[in-house]
Amino acid sequence: MPLQPPRRLVDVEIDGETVRVPEDATVLDACAAAGKDVPTLCHGDTLTPKNACRVCVVEVAGARTLAPACSRKVEAGMSVGTDTERARHSRKVVLELLASSVDLSTTPRAAEWIAEYGAEPGRFGEQAATVAQPPKVDNDLYVRDYGKCILCYKCVDACGEQWQNTFAIAVAGRGFDATISTEFDAPLTDSACVYCGNCVEVCPTGALSFKSEFDMRAEGTWDESRQTRTTTICSYCGVGCNLTLHVQENKIVKVTSPHDNPVTHGNLCVKGRFGYGYV
Amino acid sequence: MDLRFRDVEPTEEERAAVDALLGPPASAWEGGPRTDADLRVAARAERSRDLLLPALHAVNDRVGWVSEGALDYICRRLTVPPAEAYGVASFYSLLSLEPRPARVLHVCTDLACQARGGDEVRRRVEERLGPPGEGWQPSPCLGLCERAPAALALEAGETPRATVYGPATAAEPAAHDETDGPVTDGPVTDGPVTDGPVASGPVASGPVTGWRDEETCEPAAEAAVPQAGRPELVLLRRIGVVDPASLDDYRAHGGYAALRRALRLGPAGVIREVLESGLVGRGGAAFPTGRKWDATARRPDHPHYLVCNADESEPGTFKDRVLMEGDPYALVEAMTVAAYATGCAKGYLYIRGEYPRATRRLEHAIATARARGLLGGDILGHGFSFDIELRRGAGAYICGEETAIFNSIEGYRGEPRSKPPFPVEKGLFGKPTVVNNVETLVNVLPILEHGAQAYAAVGTKESTGTKLFCVSGTVDKPGVYELPFGATLRDLLDLARPVGTLRAVLLGGAAGAFVTDPDVPLTFEGTRQAGATLGSGVVLVLNDTVDLKAILLRIAEFFRDESCGQCVPCRVGTVRQEEALHRLSGRVDQRDLLLLREVGRTMRDASICGLGQTAWNAVESAIDRLGVYS
Repeated sequence: MPLQPPRRLVDVEIDGETVRVPEDATVLDACAAAGKDVPTLCHGDTLTPKNACRVCVVEVAGARTLAPACSRKVEAGMSVGTDTERARHSRKVVLELLASSVDLSTTPRAAEWIAEYGAEPGRFGEQAATVAQPPKVDNDLYVRDYGKCILCYKCVDACGEQWQNTFAIAVAGRGFDATISTEFDAPLTDSACVYCGNCVEVCPTGALSFKSEFDMRAEGTWDESRQTRTTTICSYCGVGCNLTLHVQENKIVKVTSPHDNPVTHGNLCVKGRFGYGYV
Repeated sequence: MDLRFRDVEPTEEERAAVDALLGPPASAWEGGPRTDADLRVAARAERSRDLLLPALHAVNDRVGWVSEGALDYICRRLTVPPAEAYGVASFYSLLSLEPRPARVLHVCTDLACQARGGDEVRRRVEERLGPPGEGWQPSPCLGLCERAPAALALEAGETPRATVYGPATAAEPAAHDETDGPVTDGPVTDGPVTDGPVASGPVASGPVTGWRDEETCEPAAEAAVPQAGRPELVLLRRIGVVDPASLDDYRAHGGYAALRRALRLGPAGVIREVLESGLVGRGGAAFPTGRKWDATARRPDHPHYLVCNADESEPGTFKDRVLMEGDPYALVEAMTVAAYATGCAKGYLYIRGEYPRATRRLEHAIATARARGLLGGDILGHGFSFDIELRRGAGAYICGEETAIFNSIEGYRGEPRSKPPFPVEKGLFGKPTVVNNVETLVNVLPILEHGAQAYAAVGTKESTGTKLFCVSGTVDKPGVYELPFGATLRDLLDLARPVGTLRAVLLGGAAGAFVTDPDVPLTFEGTRQAGATLGSGVVLVLNDTVDLKAILLRIAEFFRDESCGQCVPCRVGTVRQEEALHRLSGRVDQRDLLLLREVGRTMRDASICGLGQTAWNAVESAIDRLGVYS
């Protein structure tokens, strides 16, 4: 690992407790340092957060509006409230807005947060508009189920210049009608997609899932408690990417990659991600 | 970049439209014919993503819509991934990605028009042309509020045409499919522009529209200024007095005196004057202009950019249009002064796509100023060089947000960026940027002409100078009024003469608030104290014949339509707000009122930009002050 240049430390107050963090840290880093559990959806450990979901908002003393913890940088002497009435209120309503418009059934921790913040997504009524739509199954490797999409931009960033530089997808349309789309909504097989699956790797809601997982969920046989994870090295080329094989009943059901791997940061190519049929 | 294109060929017409903007392709790599030389060289031109929106406009203006082949060709020419270009094209309401007739009628359905029979026009147009989408579409505020109800026809072709209808009598816009004669009630016609030589600039700042001027016979700009010609006017003093097409006439009426004084004072001197004048931004946020300029001028990072925000889209606002149509050289001069003070060599003038005449006038003014050495290198022999590039918006309210405008110019979706960093640190192309509204910039001229002291002597302590107000709705004399700060709403209404029994006044537009007290002082501090905002200067007057619930529904619909979709509170919150208001207009339920408050508070607290943060203001004030649902 290359040595980082020395960084100054600054003192930040989180819920009345002073923590010392590097000067370019985010408020979320400071919250983590103070042991606070701030919910996040669009924040990804290997991507620049788009701060679009707004579930991580915190109250910065003196600011007119709430600040997204995931992307606001700390400043010396900053005083942050993570659990104030104002912050909790916004998180509650944001969860309600999300859960009333998007299928969060496969979003890790969503149910837990909804209970924690007392959100009632049902109160917008039966007629409330949703983004419900049939899943797009247009290839054998992964499925796009945009009824579960919260528009966090992570897949777009992973496909674009932050990771893959393939640019197969982008956000199209505007407002509530905005979706993740290829050009002219063409099927993936007609798009620039190279099936690296890095978008699936970063999706926080399960809107993007491996075809194997999607089919097993449909059959009702998907069971993470019965899965083992084994991290190994990809056998295709000399780069040496780490693969984590998810195995259920002695069968590989999906392949991920550790995000803390300094070589790949969770990225794989189509062979590492999907080419396990020979095992 | 290694991009994958879809290999759909553009039509000859589409190719010609793009080539007219960008010039012929240099090689097969850019979509030109393949030669042997192409096989030996893989190098290619630099990315020029910022020309994406102009290129989309070029095709849309020529053909009426952007096909797969046209998009593919544009992407090849500019090295833009097709998926991203599709995302950009689908962001703007004036661009179509599906075939449609060349002539599309945009019928304003917004507040001022709604208060003056816009619904009837819409109904009649629908009767004649069928459901929206084919030959017509409902439009957010067209900025023609003094001539409400209004409509705008845009016709694609080799020479694209724009026809303004205002006031649109119910049947006319739809009936004029075949004929050329536009319909206006105004007696004044707008003469053709004739002036000195027009230099052809670099590719990107060449003709943006090509709209023929003689097409429009709409009333002259001064028809929107009831006070036109009065001696007390400052910002509007030249409207109706000066020939907007003549640089000589502009100079004969005091033009370019401010720039000469600025060049004598030096950049620091100009900033000092602006600081001392107490000028604050007129776009809505009321930030001190001098501080913004000073902060930008001091940034060591170069180049600096100037952006003039002429994307005036707040429902009920039309002051910038009147300024640009009636006195275009004033804006060119003011931008030159701002650029001189802040060290910018390049300025972008981002103008609303729905303002054909203002666009044409500024295009002409910029070209003439350039030809006469008032733009370009070595302005007035002072070794200062500056040029202006005109950019047209394409139908997105959000692009008037000070950071969304950067993304739009750069060729990305017009989504606001999160702040910090602020534009003065990292703005357009990641460089320090001054972004000012048209009215703000034009204020700089009297500051320099008469000095900061004289300017600050007008108005109140915290709000100096004069302010433009866009009065519309149920008044006898709608239009742009100029009053010194300190005048009350009553003073303004006395001039505009409300019709019928006054019910409420919407100050600041859709993002503003309703007030009922006519004695509220029209100053930044006075409106703030009254729990309202001056915003962009909208004064929409509503009498008791106007259906307030329908107005609120329209406001909610406006924000739902115009939300960029980036952050959850705004994207979903504006939808939930509209749904609740629909339920409330049928049956009042306390649960819905509570829901509105909770969603509204979250939009205000947790949205990324001002659109979401203000989307609940007007509805809240209507509930609390007007008791609409009690």
